[in-house]
Amino acid sequence: MNAVLVSMRRPGARWLLSALLVVGLAALPLLNIVVPGVLPGPSYTPGTLQLLALSLIFAALALSYHVLFGAAGLLSFGHALYFAIGAYGLGILLKRTELPLLLAVAVVLAGTLVVATVLGAISLRVSGISFAMVTLAFAQAGSVLIQRNSGITGGEDGLSLSTQQLPDFFVGVLNTRNLYWLALALLVVVFLAVRWFERSRAGHVAAAARENELRVRVIGLRPFSVKLVAVVIAGVLAAAIGMVYLLLQSGVVPGVASSNFTLTLLVIVVLGGVGSRWGAVIGGVVYTLLDQRLSALAGSDAIAGLPAVLRVPLSEPLFLLGTLFILVVLFLPGGIVGVAGRLTRRAGRTSGATREDPRDVIEETE
Amino acid sequence: MSTVALLLITGLGLGALYFLVASGLSLIYGLMGVLNFAHGSFLTISAFLAWEVARRIGADSWGSLGLALLVGAVVGGIVAAGTELLLIRRLYERHIEQVLVTVGLALASVALFQGIWGTDPQYVTGPAWLAQTTDVLGARIPNNRFLLIAVAAAVLLTLLLFLRYTRFGLVIRAGVENRSMVTALGIDVRRAFTLVFTIGGAAAGIGGVLASHYFGYVSPEMGASLLIFAFIVTVIGGLGSLAGAALAAVFVAVIQQFANFYLGGTGDIMVVLLLAVVLLVRPRGLLGRRG
Repeated sequence: MNAVLVSMRRPGARWLLSALLVVGLAALPLLNIVVPGVLPGPSYTPGTLQLLALSLIFAALALSYHVLFGAAGLLSFGHALYFAIGAYGLGILLKRTELPLLLAVAVVLAGTLVVATVLGAISLRVSGISFAMVTLAFAQAGSVLIQRNSGITGGEDGLSLSTQQLPDFFVGVLNTRNLYWLALALLVVVFLAVRWFERSRAGHVAAAARENELRVRVIGLRPFSVKLVAVVIAGVLAAAIGMVYLLLQSGVVPGVASSNFTLTLLVIVVLGGVGSRWGAVIGGVVYTLLDQRLSALAGSDAIAGLPAVLRVPLSEPLFLLGTLFILVVLFLPGGIVGVAGRLTRRAGRTSGATREDPRDVIEETE
Repeated sequence: MSTVALLLITGLGLGALYFLVASGLSLIYGLMGVLNFAHGSFLTISAFLAWEVARRIGADSWGSLGLALLVGAVVGGIVAAGTELLLIRRLYERHIEQVLVTVGLALASVALFQGIWGTDPQYVTGPAWLAQTTDVLGARIPNNRFLLIAVAAAVLLTLLLFLRYTRFGLVIRAGVENRSMVTALGIDVRRAFTLVFTIGGAAAGIGGVLASHYFGYVSPEMGASLLIFAFIVTVIGGLGSLAGAALAAVFVAVIQQFANFYLGGTGDIMVVLLLAVVLLVRPRGLLGRRG
């Protein structure tokens, strides 16, 4: 394990490992892998693939949230809005119009672009905590709109996917593996897009503004525009992810527009490790699997037999996840990736073979 | 005319609720820079415990209502103080982490309430007078609106007097204005931190008991839904300003009521639009000081 972590620090090896990981994940539907306690069944079964695809979607969504929170330092409580726009937008277009799938996708993406630009420009007039509250308010308005207009959105019952305009290979339980591959491809695309943004000039300015906005302004740059770019990129990515979510789940419920959904994303990003792309991915996968397993645990006989003092908290997955989240914030700043990083550094020191990353040296001398 | 009177007084009653939640949020944020997501949970737990107490001693007397309000305030204050001491205090000056901890607490506590009391609303009864109506300008106003307005006004007055005429109030006001100066003068602001949390929690607790009479029930999600409007109220009123919170609470609630009646149930959307307008015209809020 340590050897793997140490070798992860070399760029070439990192690319190779990432490629191997993607190939390995892509091969899962063709293999018969059983992981008791983690997966509900063998890896080729539709139920398991559904869960795995969902975890990949959450990983991608966490990555898009990472653009806001990790890269640009914007604490948004309204990211669920864009996810919901993607899912509901595509669902409504497929149901109400005759548009072919790709055109509908393009329309939704263009719409999201406009909404994200307008709402982003308004909410970026304030910063920090006020920004958080304002984004929360906008998302709440979206959530209310979805619940009120039940004629179009299906209200509390949610919106089911209309399959007429869809290609056959995305329809039906047996084709879950195609949706799984779609989710995996989406995750790769989102990862590369986020990586590209973070390494672009705008990404560097956004990171600089996150650390010290005043200094960026003194240099003569405008943090507002790069932050807006970050908001728009994150929003459009979230909408794209929402559309794949709609295809995978064959529908969407109003819960995805709620503030709790954004809070879940925040939990995922912090759990994985703030500021790290891999942290967001790992957090998304771990959270989804944990949530599913804890729900299964909550309904099990072992829990039902316990006295009320233990049974009540243990049968509420969100209680356990919330508590875990508090513990991570208090005791493990840096999340899962932070712990892995500390292990690597320790391993690097004991073997003495790896060169110190200059960034680590700076971090340690601070 | 009767409709206008009904909407206005109902709006004032709802505004009273918003104010009770927003006052604590605004003071906590103004002094400590913490956005407290768990504030809704303080409200919910107080409402539930007050309901449990009231129904055991018979909820239909004025004495039990008074006791319920007292229980609400005490529970809210204790839970809030406990949160500050156990969770927030460990993370001073790390605002994002403090927000994250309160987010975790909000998620976990709502799930716990659902585990204990179930997801269905628990219906609340009170003294018979509260369920009756009074004629004002031809409108039949439910009496609980008057209770809400009276209690919130009393809380506002108490808080203003407390901030104005006591030493703790002075420290809090000075801390909101310029915390590092207060610290430099040798005053331990951390005691004031616990204090504002306690006061804010107590106000939210009273708000919880009143909310259960306003809506007629207690539910685990009650706090979270009020909290969102309280956030909007604090931003519109100006973070850290008590008077601003009171003003904005009334403003927001009345607009919400009128839009719901005259503009086809668009109250929530109008409130968000109002927020957007205030941010565009005056980003620091109505009575906020910092830019």
